[in-house]
Amino acid sequence: MWKRFFDWLDERLGFNGMYKALLDRPEPRGNWWNTLGSASLVLFLLQGITGIFLTMYYTPSPDHAYDSITYIMNDVAFGWLVRGVHHWGATLMVLVVFIHMLRVFVSASFKYPRELTWIIGVGLLLATLGMGFTGYLLPWNQRSYWATVVGTQIAGTAPLVGEFILRALRGGTDLSALTLQRFFAIHIWVLPAVMTALIGAHLYLIIRHGESHWPKQND
Amino acid sequence: MSEPISRRDFMKATVYFVGGLVSAAIGLPSIVYLLDPALRSEAGEAWVPIGKLTDMPEIGKPYPFSFTRVRINGWERTASTHGGFVIRRSEDPNDLLLLNSRCTHLACTVNWKEEEGIFACPCHDAGFDKEGRVTHGPPPRPLDRYENFRITEDGVLEILYKEG
Repeated sequence: MWKRFFDWLDERLGFNGMYKALLDRPEPRGNWWNTLGSASLVLFLLQGITGIFLTMYYTPSPDHAYDSITYIMNDVAFGWLVRGVHHWGATLMVLVVFIHMLRVFVSASFKYPRELTWIIGVGLLLATLGMGFTGYLLPWNQRSYWATVVGTQIAGTAPLVGEFILRALRGGTDLSALTLQRFFAIHIWVLPAVMTALIGAHLYLIIRHGESHWPKQND
Repeated sequence: MSEPISRRDFMKATVYFVGGLVSAAIGLPSIVYLLDPALRSEAGEAWVPIGKLTDMPEIGKPYPFSFTRVRINGWERTASTHGGFVIRRSEDPNDLLLLNSRCTHLACTVNWKEEEGIFACPCHDAGFDKEGRVTHGPPPRPLDRYENFRITEDGVLEILYKEG
């Protein structure tokens, strides 16, 4: 019964072939450092799911942002858990993505024919840091407020365009409700969309080229 | 055990079992998290003063009253206004009828029309008589009543307001 059902689906969707192409790929000799990309992907999905859950109660308004976080932490069942996972997952993701980059650098995996994978990966690293920067403001407490004052000020020190970047980031000259709102929009819409696209391209290239071997003595 | 279980089947069963446990451990709290506001019981009651009985001397005349309750919903305080009418049925201070002015059709507020002698709802042209019974229009049942009331030593009429 089930077999007939799956065969019927497979005939139309071809997921058996997808399974072989995506998950039954030949791998070089097992190496735990090669799992960091998958770990980054899992963390991205985890952040996505816990983030969606948090928006069920969070509100990005200066009047209520902090109160809504307090509500999540103290009143909502398992709210402390969902926010805790999102909070620590964010830190862990920056760490894992960075070590993933180091591994690719050390194992020289960025060389031909994987240059584009590397460049897209750099984009993903920057997007991950952008997620950390925008997400840090959302609790709207003293620490996040002043961290964003300082962070946007640093961006403002760029020559010539600094002033404009500062105003674009803050949505004006001051840190305000506009800043919180645009950081929220960037955090939950813009960057996730960008990252999903980049991850898709990244994974496609990995499947196309396969995993790189670690360099041998003659390489 | 008629047939020894193969290594492959054992692994399969173990993976399914552990996977099921992990899914339940993550999934159940997730559902509770999402439904949390719906799972709370919002029971709470308070005695609300609505006016001195000496200010409502006439028998058979509806005296309007209203009061505001503040509730904390999540991170916000929400004020809601409630109202009704006090009708003295006799000289006995405890012989009172307290009607809720919320129309039982779609929750508009009804008004007392002296000349017609009915409580009229402006939304869908409904009417209720002095006892709260439907005279015309779409409401499915008579006006609700505040059944629990008391008169304090100072002669203040109070009603028991139940939340939720």
